Amino acid sequence: MASLQDRAAHFKSSPAGGVWRALWPLAVALILGVVMQLLVRPNIDAYSSAQILNIGIAIILAVSLTIVNGFTGQFSIGHAGFLAIGGYVAGSLAFYGSFAIFGSGAAKLGILSGLYGAPAGAPLITGGEVLFFISLLAGGLVAALLGVAVGLPSLRLRGDYLAIVTLGFGEIVRVLIQQTPQVLMTKQDIAESPAWKVPLSVGGSLGFGNVPKYTSLFWVYAAVVVTLIFAYRLKQSSTGRALLSIREDEIAAEAMGIRTTYYKVWGFVIAAFFAGIAGGLYAHTLGISLSPVDAGFQKSFDIIIMVVLGGLGSISGAAIAAAIVTYLPELLRTPDTLQKFAIVGVPLLIAGFAMLAMAGRPDNEVDLKSGRDRRALPRVIITLGIVTVGLSVLAFIAKRFGINLGEYRLIIYALALVIMMITRPQGLLGVREVWDRSLYRPLRDFFAPRIGTSSQSSTGSSAGPSAGGTA
Amino acid sequence: MHARANVTSVLSFSRSALLAAGVALAVLSGCDRGSTPSTGTTGSTGAAGDIVIGHYGSLTGAEATFGLSTDNGIRLAVEEINAAGGVNMGGKSHKIVLKSEDTEGKPEKAGTVVTKLITADKVAAVIGEVASSVTLAGAPVAQQFGVPMITPSSTNPQCTAVGDMIFRVCFIDPFQGYACAKFAASDLKVKQAAILFDQASAYSVGLKDEFEKNFTKLGGQIVAVEAYTKGESNFNPLLTKIRETGAELLFIPGYYTDVANIALQARKLGMTMPLLGGDGWDSSDLAKNGGAAIEGSFYSNHYASDQPTPEIQSFVRKYKEKFGGETPDGLAALGYDAARVLFDAMQRAGTTDGAKLRDAIASTKDFKGVTGTISINEKRDAVKPAVIVEMKGGKPVFRARVEP
Amino acid sequence: MDTLLQTLKDGLTIGSLYALIALGYTMVYGILKFINFAHSDIVVLGAWLSLVIATAIVKALGLESGQTAPWWVGPFVLACAMLACGIIGFTIERLAYRPLRNAPKLNVLITAIGVSLFLQNTGQLQFMFGTRPQPIPTLLSDKVLFAIGNMQVRLLDLVVIGTALVLMIALEWLVFHTKLGRAMRAVSFDVRTAGLMGINVDRVISITFVIGSSLAAAGGFLWAVSFTSIKQPADTSWVLLGLKAFVAAVVGGIGNVRGAMFGGLAIGLLEVFGQQYINPALKDVYVFAALILVLLVKPGGILGKATVEKV
Repeated sequence: MASLQDRAAHFKSSPAGGVWRALWPLAVALILGVVMQLLVRPNIDAYSSAQILNIGIAIILAVSLTIVNGFTGQFSIGHAGFLAIGGYVAGSLAFYGSFAIFGSGAAKLGILSGLYGAPAGAPLITGGEVLFFISLLAGGLVAALLGVAVGLPSLRLRGDYLAIVTLGFGEIVRVLIQQTPQVLMTKQDIAESPAWKVPLSVGGSLGFGNVPKYTSLFWVYAAVVVTLIFAYRLKQSSTGRALLSIREDEIAAEAMGIRTTYYKVWGFVIAAFFAGIAGGLYAHTLGISLSPVDAGFQKSFDIIIMVVLGGLGSISGAAIAAAIVTYLPELLRTPDTLQKFAIVGVPLLIAGFAMLAMAGRPDNEVDLKSGRDRRALPRVIITLGIVTVGLSVLAFIAKRFGINLGEYRLIIYALALVIMMITRPQGLLGVREVWDRSLYRPLRDFFAPRIGTSSQSSTGSSAGPSAGGTA
Repeated sequence: MHARANVTSVLSFSRSALLAAGVALAVLSGCDRGSTPSTGTTGSTGAAGDIVIGHYGSLTGAEATFGLSTDNGIRLAVEEINAAGGVNMGGKSHKIVLKSEDTEGKPEKAGTVVTKLITADKVAAVIGEVASSVTLAGAPVAQQFGVPMITPSSTNPQCTAVGDMIFRVCFIDPFQGYACAKFAASDLKVKQAAILFDQASAYSVGLKDEFEKNFTKLGGQIVAVEAYTKGESNFNPLLTKIRETGAELLFIPGYYTDVANIALQARKLGMTMPLLGGDGWDSSDLAKNGGAAIEGSFYSNHYASDQPTPEIQSFVRKYKEKFGGETPDGLAALGYDAARVLFDAMQRAGTTDGAKLRDAIASTKDFKGVTGTISINEKRDAVKPAVIVEMKGGKPVFRARVEP
Repeated sequence: MDTLLQTLKDGLTIGSLYALIALGYTMVYGILKFINFAHSDIVVLGAWLSLVIATAIVKALGLESGQTAPWWVGPFVLACAMLACGIIGFTIERLAYRPLRNAPKLNVLITAIGVSLFLQNTGQLQFMFGTRPQPIPTLLSDKVLFAIGNMQVRLLDLVVIGTALVLMIALEWLVFHTKLGRAMRAVSFDVRTAGLMGINVDRVISITFVIGSSLAAAGGFLWAVSFTSIKQPADTSWVLLGLKAFVAAVVGGIGNVRGAMFGGLAIGLLEVFGQQYINPALKDVYVFAALILVLLVKPGGILGKATVEKV
């Protein structure tokens, strides 16, 4: 805790430090975005870049939901509702705004926009992009406002009311979107329609087509960086501590003077904002906003699964899980890659995850005398062996008897979720992050000499998540 | 937080093994998602000179029956042409290889799937989807990459408005709405009709609008329009409202899954008027679920399997042979036609170059398909007749034909 | 006038089904304090098991489709479905929920979602119930008993409402007038103290799940005979049904058996009247708006008491 105070004091003492602290994440966001769009994208095919873009959006969604479900320990199952709201608001604003300002609904691409890159000779930045950026923020803000409306009544109460209200909210959003009129495609249609009706004409159950296609790897990854750094700083901040304390014990938190409702609503609103941004990015990708069919609770469940798999409260865990859950099904559409993956990828992936998972157990700090757990690594290896053999047998049986495992996909998913909850309730990484050094202790312990204790291990027992591991 | 850490301080082997098994299962379940469509591949893969075409459809999920029927139809067409030596282009024969990809019936999957087909599988043309909302998500990609796309059965007018690469071989909602209205007004001689539509489906909303417009134009009167949501079970309040209006006909532009319940409850409420619907009714499950309540109802369809024309009878026979005696539904027939229109255009174009293939498809005229004679108009929509069938003895029977 | 009566009858029918299902939610919530998301899937299971058993019996009796089965088939199918679902409810509690007795609530909730997804997708498999809607054979003649104008009251309507009522009265008696009921109320009041008083808490929880699941099965059976054509197990409308039943439980006062019955009827009537007299497109909106309103005004539910969280 002392280190936190020191750091806080450090930043307060110099105004330049404050400015720097505010600006460097944006700089990183811009740089990563530019690298992704101008260096990475031209060198990979369109299919890969579409997937990388989807992963980015999934990361924003999963990380934002982590703030509610992971940090605060509340249970929101209407995240898709905020995603849809953000998408529709941003799409409507950008589409009809383009008509009002530029006279047509087509995108005005600058060099950083467009999933497939901008045409040659595009300017550095266009008015259309500014409009797009404003629309994104507007989508996020409207989602956040709705977050207040949904969160205030339900978060005042303890327990699972939030779950049921958010679920209901998601469904209401879906029903209401279905009632909207057809998209107005031409200037004439817009002129003929009553002004109040124009922004609401978002296509009803057909979905919102023809949204200008601005979203690119630049926009998505810039947003990913901002989301990640925001979530990280939130976790370290006093607000984040308040959220974590609510998660651990709401009554105790309240007794310590934390305004639980206030903080819960804050967490919820922030999550809704980022979900709205993700929705806006999604809407402008292929020119079709999330259609009402997609905005149901199944989409929300997908995001929850990412959060749970990654670790309830771990930002990096949620991001990694989001990437895996989004990428795997796409990667494995082709049977050849499936085979290659089954042989090399699955064990590797499980190795990585299982190691992180087991090392990340808080109870790994059992052996206080030596501060090490020598059995962890062999155990991981043995487990891996069993899993690999098991998988191979399963794959063999499926192939031999012509069973299509695809049919059983969701059943396996559900079972994995239940087993996960029973064996490792806190998710793979728990509240830790991949950069927490304590995560890798089993590796170090295994290779370290048997005698003598390192200074790290003596403090290790108290190195809970609160230390953040960045000391 | 430390207190919690100490609660479970025993790190037992069995738990970690279980955990790893859980993770493995999760990973594995991800793996299998993609393996389904590979079964759709026919012919020899990758041989030089082969032409790859793609199909994206709902092969799993709640709408799986639609996607699978279409896929069967396309596969039949591919098999046929390969048996005949392949597509003849500029004196050389090329075999066709079909790649089918699953959208799970979700618009959000369609964009990625079509990108995959075009950039990774390098398909010459794309066929798909059934649901208009999914087609609308996939079409912009095909347009972007300049690859021609034919949707077999998306009837919403907006689908082909996406761009000049997007075609269809089915009629559009305005025409289907017109066909139903025409049949109701001139064949059934109905003056007052009520509509019960599914607000969750763009297809249903579009058909409702068109029927309303055309029926009024033909001198009829719409006395009630009520909305339900796909999957609903209790239609009594809606039907009671409609009963009070004294409508002589109830138009239900929904899917067969809901129609059976509507029919049963309507009959119980003492409503004896005929029911009329669109091609969403086309399923053998309709009669099974609706029983006697659905007898004497009508729906518009792309073809009737009992029509005695040689094209239809030979298609029905071949389909039954290949797919275990199943009678092909309208979607299978459309999938078959979409593939054949594409092969025909390839032969005329003599190349698989996107722009030339597009022009060849656009100039399709009087193509003899199973679902009628197909001509592509300037809006890239097919101009063709609709068929009205009547439910008789639990089977759809040809009743009337409405020309465009 | 006919319309009003008709709407009232429909509302009562739907409401009594909601109430039956809401009871399962409220009982589990009262004792374990979590939303059993898998409860609606037990309803689905009940409906589909009824369908499968009834079809088998009708086939064995050699009846034509559309012919009404003998009178004993209905009660027999109901009993079978209730028994089977009771056993399944017991198993789920034993395997999935009991290991998490002391875990944070969030984990139990996610487990419940996992169980729900599992049941849905297992039911959807071809060799289970498949992905297509199926009709249940006619178990009860739906002859008209009497009619007021256009409003007809059929035997089926009375049987559905009657069965629901009988089951609810039986539960009421069980909870308030038997030793087991007292044990259930004690566990619901304070698990630890109840345990110290010599009540076998695990056994009581198991019995609660068995009873809740049997009631869900009964709800599923009645749903099936009222609406004939049954949607596939993974259809989203089932989840919505469960959700509304839970809303009914919350509106009536969660954890309160009488509240669930009252809430079920209230939500059923609200939905049907809204559909009939306001705008049918927004029927789900009414239900959730009612939920939010109740949470704002009287968070404990209409029949519930304001509670203070115990430390």
